Amino acid sequence: MINRRHFLLNAGVSTLAVSTLMPRLLLAKAETDARFVFVILRGALDGLAAVPAYGDGNYASKRGELALSVSGGEGGSLKLDGMFALHPSLVKLHQRYDASELAVFHAIASPYRDRSHFDGQDLLENGTLKPHGANDGWLNRTLATLPSSRVHDSEKYAMAFAQNVPLVLRGDAHVGSWAPSRMPDTDAETLQRIADMYAGNEFFSSRLQAAFEADAMAADSGNKSDDMAGGMKRDPLGGVSAIASAAGRMLRETNGARIAVLETTGWDTHANQGAERGLLASRLAALDNAIDALRSELGGAWKQTAVLIATEFGRTVAINGTRGTDHGTGTCAFLVGGAVKGGRVIADWPGLANTHLYQDRDLKPTLDLRSVCKGVLAEHMGVTEAQLESKIFPDSRAAKPIAGLLRSA
Amino acid sequence: MTGNIVSGNIDAVIAVNRFGLGAKPGELTRANSDPRGWLIQQIKGARSTPEEVAKLPPAAEVLQQYFAAQEARREAREEQRVDNNSEAARAQKAIQGVRQVLVPIYLDQVAARYRIAAATEEPFRERLTHFWTNHFAVSADKVVVLGLAGALENEAIRPNLGNRFVDMLLAVERHPAMILYLDNQQSTGPNSQLARLAARRANQERKIGINENLAREILELHTLGVNGGYTQSDVTTFAEALTGWSIGGGRGRLAQGEPGKYIFREAVHQPGEKTILGKLYNEDGESQARAVLEDLAKHPSTAKFVATKLVRHFVGDEPPAAAVEKIAKAFRESDGDLPTVHRAVIELSQAWQASFSKFKTPNEFVTSTFRALNFEPKEPKQIAAPFELLGQRPYTPGSPAGWPDTASQWDGADALMKRVEWSTAIGQRIGSRVEPLKLARAILGDALGDHSRTAISRAASATQGLTLLLMSPEFQRR
Repeated sequence: MINRRHFLLNAGVSTLAVSTLMPRLLLAKAETDARFVFVILRGALDGLAAVPAYGDGNYASKRGELALSVSGGEGGSLKLDGMFALHPSLVKLHQRYDASELAVFHAIASPYRDRSHFDGQDLLENGTLKPHGANDGWLNRTLATLPSSRVHDSEKYAMAFAQNVPLVLRGDAHVGSWAPSRMPDTDAETLQRIADMYAGNEFFSSRLQAAFEADAMAADSGNKSDDMAGGMKRDPLGGVSAIASAAGRMLRETNGARIAVLETTGWDTHANQGAERGLLASRLAALDNAIDALRSELGGAWKQTAVLIATEFGRTVAINGTRGTDHGTGTCAFLVGGAVKGGRVIADWPGLANTHLYQDRDLKPTLDLRSVCKGVLAEHMGVTEAQLESKIFPDSRAAKPIAGLLRSA
Repeated sequence: MTGNIVSGNIDAVIAVNRFGLGAKPGELTRANSDPRGWLIQQIKGARSTPEEVAKLPPAAEVLQQYFAAQEARREAREEQRVDNNSEAARAQKAIQGVRQVLVPIYLDQVAARYRIAAATEEPFRERLTHFWTNHFAVSADKVVVLGLAGALENEAIRPNLGNRFVDMLLAVERHPAMILYLDNQQSTGPNSQLARLAARRANQERKIGINENLAREILELHTLGVNGGYTQSDVTTFAEALTGWSIGGGRGRLAQGEPGKYIFREAVHQPGEKTILGKLYNEDGESQARAVLEDLAKHPSTAKFVATKLVRHFVGDEPPAAAVEKIAKAFRESDGDLPTVHRAVIELSQAWQASFSKFKTPNEFVTSTFRALNFEPKEPKQIAAPFELLGQRPYTPGSPAGWPDTASQWDGADALMKRVEWSTAIGQRIGSRVEPLKLARAILGDALGDHSRTAISRAASATQGLTLLLMSPEFQRR
């Protein structure tokens, strides 16, 4: 029988993970070199597949053919502790866990409680309590709270690694965006003429300017053609490793980006989801490789980096009629990086018994994703509690920041 | 130097560029005398199947090829298992074969779509085709949909543009592309004949049950909209009502119906009356979900949801409430008669006010470039390429919500730079054959601003001039 209050904090911490904000945390000095990367998994990742709760007595029966074995042998799940494991595809993330650089969160969710992908993603990114509750994203609002001595130029400081800027980074502050290209470059003279034509047209001129700067940075900090060759290699997440590598290079630079957003799709596994192998397994492997590519490009800057990986909601605990899972609620999230105090699973495990499920079907969320975001922004980026609650995550007082997620704190 | 160009008035510019797919040279002149009448002519009545479409294999045929490729793969795997040597190479080939069968079909569908878009004399009607295909979106990044997405557009959307919304809705939800995209083909009622049979067998390996994907997306994305007033229980019950809406073919006990065509499978249908959105449905079998769909099509939330999307598409990213209500009213009062609804859009005063309120999507940008240049796409791969390069691979929105229809989803700095790069390539390929300033006046008429005109007129070459025209704010918007 599982203890409902199953806390796993191997660092010897016996208090609740979600503690009140300690004064120590407020005083934590924000490092100007801190890097924060937010990776959005669009489509609702099955948290019980990525992080199986094999120690829950109901896990195997509830998951049926999607249950993952923890035999310890080849292809089995990768144990985290007595309760949780990582999906066998997440080999490199498991190494980060062993190096105490990965914290895993479970039974976590944003405040969104319906099951629309599109509203769920909107809320995940807008940081309010409602879909379409804001036209800007919480990371863009974060930029405005950082001292201007750090954010000289928001278009260089914050980058979306996508052709278009995801909502989480949209807002008043102009941010950059970059994605690999397979087309030949336009000559400088034509570019200048286009820039002249846009003079006085804020919409077009600001975007063109941002694109110039991003390209210049990509060219400075790495070999662009290498990247193009690798960038288009098909993986199930659309070349995400190459994009992560490019992000790593831009984040590594002395005057480079400090906030980055990457996005992936393909997590909506309604049918033939697969267990150790299959549809979801190949996507998880691509994600695993992408994070490793980011780490390897960051080099020494990995020590100052925290990467948050999150999805809009989870999937049903039970398998559906087509060997997949339908839209659910609670799921998992990851915080990984050299700056992360990892090697632990942070969860207030609700259990998988029928009576403990949310609306009799989903993993019950017991941890608010905003608590993680706020903890990281506070300790890693030096954002004050007042800013976090009034501006970045409005009405989030109940979701207290989790303290001690970072090594420096 | 510019000669005697007949430039259009602003209404004509709006008719051809915002309502149409971007002007072809000469089109502005044709629309000039009566821009609204020019549009209205395009939505009246039915049309015969376009020649390009008639050449394509229908969905059932595509699926039969898909099934055959899958079967070959299955056999090849078996062969590989039994004999690991001599036949291994041949077997490996068959395993990879499914995509190879479907990709050429997909590319032909894409080519047909953009040949029509590039050439049509009824660009408003064609824009509406694209609009509704995007409303009822499937995504070809799911392998089985690869050869079916275009078929959905051609078989469920095109033939119903002159009909009522409910006709299109029923055609879409019964189309193999939608059923397979949203996983309804195996969704099985827990009390269905098949489930009861399976329950009698001792070692039931596979769980039998419903898949609620199709039901949810019909409610959220096709009809009521996410705040349209339904609950999780409505989703689940509607999914039960939809059990049995499936595709013919299959093996063993499931072999039934004509392979690749829609069938209702009584054996997997969840029997019994159901309450959905507070109404009791006691119909039997297939007619139950059909009755639900007919009610959904009449629901005021559906009228409002569809109206909002139309106004966002034709007026601006922030749909004015008054305009939305006008369209919703036309929808409600005409029982969702699409020509009536489309005509109401033409008659919206807001659609004729601010010019260039919409930033073009890559689909619109590339299509309007094809039209401006009288480009006749030939090689299917070449037709698909620019859309993919600019971030909108045809028929691949990646989710059942379809492609976004607001600027903020498309106007990233990097996306703009990709357009610059593509415009440069087009300029280099075609620029020497056009007179950019003359072309600019022919397609943008009086709406071409001084800044852009000056830039184009001072270009160092026709090549560069064309690039500047394509990248001008006036051409990037509609």
